[in-house]
Amino acid sequence: MLKFSDTIVAIATPLGESALAVVRLSGPQTEEIVRKVFRLGKALKKDYQLKERYVHYGFIVDPETEEIQDEVTLIFYREPRSYTTEDMAEILCHGGRISPRKVLSACLKAGARLAEPGEFTKRAFLGGRVDLTEAEAVLEVIHARAEKAHKAALNQLSGGLRKRIEKIAERLKEAMMLVEASIDFPEEEIEFLEPEELKNKLSSCIEDIKKLERHFGLSRQIKEGFPIAIVGRPNVGKSSLLNALLKEERAIVTDIPGTTRDTIEGEISIQGIPIRVIDTAGIRKTEDPVERIGVERSIEKLKEAAVVLVVLDASEGLQEEDLFIADLAKDKRHIVVLNKTDLPQKLRKEDVEKLGLKGPVVKTSAKKHTGIEKLQREILEQAGMAGEMPDEFIVNERHADALRKAREALERCKATIETGLSNEFIAIDLKEALDRLGEITGETTTDDILNMIFERFCIGK
Amino acid sequence: MFTFDEYYDVVVVGGGHAGIEAALAAARMGCKTLMITINADMIGQTSCNPAIGGLAKGHLVKEIDALGGEMAKATDYAGIQFRVLNTKKGPAVQSSRAQIDRKLYRSYMKQVVEKQENLDVLQARVEGILVKNKRVWAVDTNIELRFRTKTVVLCTGTFLKGLIHIGLNNFPAGRLGDFPAYKLSECLKRLGLRLGRLKTGTTPRLDANTIDFSELEVQHGDDPPKPFSFFTEKITNKQLPCWITYTNEKTHEIIRSGFSRSPLFTGVIKGIGPRYCPSIEDKVARFPEKKRHQIFLEPEGYDTVEIYPNGIPTSLPIDIQIKFIRTIKGLERAKMIRPGYAIEYDFVIPTQLKHTLETKEIEGLFCAGQINGTSGYEEAAAQGLIAGINAALKVLGKEPFVLSRSEAYIGVLIDDLVTKGTNEPYRMFTSRAEYRLLLREDNAPLRLMEKGYNLGLISESQIKKLREYRELIREEIERLKKERARPTVIVNKALEEKGSSKIEESVPLAQLLKRPEISYEDLEKMGMGRKLPEYVKREVEIEVKYEGYIKRQMEQVERFKRLESKRIPEWIDYDKVPGLSTEVRLKLKEVRPVSIGQASRIPGVTPAAISALLIYMESLKKKRKAS
Repeated sequence: MLKFSDTIVAIATPLGESALAVVRLSGPQTEEIVRKVFRLGKALKKDYQLKERYVHYGFIVDPETEEIQDEVTLIFYREPRSYTTEDMAEILCHGGRISPRKVLSACLKAGARLAEPGEFTKRAFLGGRVDLTEAEAVLEVIHARAEKAHKAALNQLSGGLRKRIEKIAERLKEAMMLVEASIDFPEEEIEFLEPEELKNKLSSCIEDIKKLERHFGLSRQIKEGFPIAIVGRPNVGKSSLLNALLKEERAIVTDIPGTTRDTIEGEISIQGIPIRVIDTAGIRKTEDPVERIGVERSIEKLKEAAVVLVVLDASEGLQEEDLFIADLAKDKRHIVVLNKTDLPQKLRKEDVEKLGLKGPVVKTSAKKHTGIEKLQREILEQAGMAGEMPDEFIVNERHADALRKAREALERCKATIETGLSNEFIAIDLKEALDRLGEITGETTTDDILNMIFERFCIGK
Repeated sequence: MFTFDEYYDVVVVGGGHAGIEAALAAARMGCKTLMITINADMIGQTSCNPAIGGLAKGHLVKEIDALGGEMAKATDYAGIQFRVLNTKKGPAVQSSRAQIDRKLYRSYMKQVVEKQENLDVLQARVEGILVKNKRVWAVDTNIELRFRTKTVVLCTGTFLKGLIHIGLNNFPAGRLGDFPAYKLSECLKRLGLRLGRLKTGTTPRLDANTIDFSELEVQHGDDPPKPFSFFTEKITNKQLPCWITYTNEKTHEIIRSGFSRSPLFTGVIKGIGPRYCPSIEDKVARFPEKKRHQIFLEPEGYDTVEIYPNGIPTSLPIDIQIKFIRTIKGLERAKMIRPGYAIEYDFVIPTQLKHTLETKEIEGLFCAGQINGTSGYEEAAAQGLIAGINAALKVLGKEPFVLSRSEAYIGVLIDDLVTKGTNEPYRMFTSRAEYRLLLREDNAPLRLMEKGYNLGLISESQIKKLREYRELIREEIERLKKERARPTVIVNKALEEKGSSKIEESVPLAQLLKRPEISYEDLEKMGMGRKLPEYVKREVEIEVKYEGYIKRQMEQVERFKRLESKRIPEWIDYDKVPGLSTEVRLKLKEVRPVSIGQASRIPGVTPAAISALLIYMESLKKKRKAS
């Protein structure tokens, strides 16, 4: 029988509104991972006996910060008396969209790998648990979904993000090439990287990965809320729109000043998903230094946001500033909000088309509170949290996982350089980082690296 | 055709580096062996540069040595300059290289071959391999003599349809001055093997009396020279230097003026050459921004004036060769003794081989060396050894001998060849080895000598020495982990001298040795070492210093082994495996991987395809159980 060396994890129940959900772990490190993420009882005991086939009550914590993620029950199975015939755990947590993901994230951080579609059943079959008909069904799943999912993974990334990941991978390949060239061709006239130079290169890659991780870091977004930025030129009604969104859910947090010179935030929850709404200062070209600071900050917030609400005043014609703002937002996920629909309409359909924005258009009146529910639904849709979208989520989480592991490997790499060890030791973690990014951008083989060396350098003693 | 009256167990075709190791291994394992070579004077000839070893190649030589091969001993006998490369890096990527006296090397090898019991030598050309029921039974030669044999090991080097190019002139030859083997190539095709064509080249040889060395940079070897073989005590040969010179803009101008008559650029040469060893014209064409290229002037031996200018292999027309050489510093008056040339030759697409180097198509037919698409003496010798061992094991009716990627560079080499094939002459690099930190030159005896002993290629006294060392290493590491250094004045002073931080409380000796700046020698100076053989001290130091990394790689090896141990039955029908793409199916059918691990290394075989394969294999098992 084939023994798998890694431990897989997945949410076993469909994502969506439900009282309970199940997160499953299977593989040799199951117990190790459980010990990292599960604390027993109200006392949050770290040191406990894990009993086979027994319901443990306790909490899932973030293995790095010990922060509580959810209140759960956990059942542990010892091999071979489990579905997959490996060590397994089933964690029953709260349902909905947030809790299962938090539990999953904790398990990933503790060293589990996100399961491929059909992988639990595959392991069960290879362990001799499932019969042939079931196995054939699994094959189908693997084929219909695994290859497609991997291809889709790349396509689902927006062009900009994908390019950024590819660029990091390119830089690492370049570093890898120089490291390997220095090992295999020490007698050639090649300029190699000094350790300090290599360290700087790695540091800048680490920084870039960190920035990217923020895009993918669902757990962080769940914790802090999805950032939604409201942008528009002055006086299109951004602040009242924020008010309207907040009012919908709970009390207003602040008094909204007539002219917003700084950004104001408020938190709402739509169908249980926390959303952080940021009202920005009106964006326009201005000579006033104080206002200009506000404008710049607005642009910054716009860039950080997961979804941008581009607010237009439907009672006025299109203005130059609207075009400027649309240009800033067009590469982000966005919603065009035509506000002030309670007033006589001046903005025509052709005007809106001129903006060149591809996102959905929602008509609202913040004052009369119309169109707000539709806007909320669109926000969820654009944030990738609407309906049951496990695939997209999985894709995101996979990317986040790969990026995190790549970053950790690069950090080990830097530590290796600091201890003064030579390039073959550095190569180990550099390769690991490349392999991880390769899960997103495609594998880098030894032959690829050798090809780069021969292309770049005139080798041949 | 006259049939020779005796029967052979193994016939080795070729007396180069692969042929020698194959023939010696088979004979030493008790098989009646015949080596047939086109030119018996040329047994052990180094056709290209007069050097053995180099990065990753040194590893191969030491592995051959640990398995009872001859290459390392011959190098120690004939070496005229020894150097360890990459000494500024860690032990895993340090490799040995030696310049050798060509004639001494040949004469050593010839004597060993001639003296070997069970081994006959014949000068002839093999022109046909006789096969019955997909099994080898005899070989035919050009001298009208047929030899009956159980197995054949082909080590034909560049001789299969060898075609030499000097400018636009070309002529058949196996190497400059030797006949090629044409009929054998045709015979292999008839037997159903697919052949490809490769190219390699060599440099002109120069007369040292016409070279002005006075202004050139000198390169000396290591002092004292370190032997290649675990069994050589000391190198006693007088050591010679090499010199370094460079091409210049004028050289490149002349080289460019010959492009129109270059067989490489005019499409006359069809075979693919190695990118890591390009001809000088290729370097000039591909890297026009490079103002100069390095040339090492290497002596070919003690009693010859021939100099090997390493770095300028060429197939340019002879007049261009003469002219460009004279533009190089020190070579202004240089006379050429032999011209540089390129040679094209046939090779057997290596995915047609098993890991034993036996062809899948014909039982008892093995291939080793350049015929499998590799380049380099060391790569050839390594394959020769494995092919010879496996031919012998087959004759003896024993289990085949295969080294895995986690055990030896030899394993990496052969697995790469039979799994991925090659489209240029394949050379070993350390980056090809996944478990580079474990596969070191220094520990080759520890990794492989027991295996050599079990095969009967390592003697009792040899293995005894190794076992003693192994025990000493184990004991000493244990001691270093147990015994502690106390923060005495002597210890802290010694640490300070080394730029190492003082200790405040007692620490295990191993912990001190782990510090990058502290060596075993330093422990000795502090009075905490033991009198041990140098080899043992070095291994102890490496094992302790790099423990963390070594452990990590060993864990990786464990994971690797899991997939390797999942064997794919030989009779599997890939057409019946559901869910494989046509491309993957074709690749699997061509390579016929022996394990899931090997299958996963075939380029283009996806993880999903591996899942499909696993599930299919499991379902077969269940069906069989059910019936």
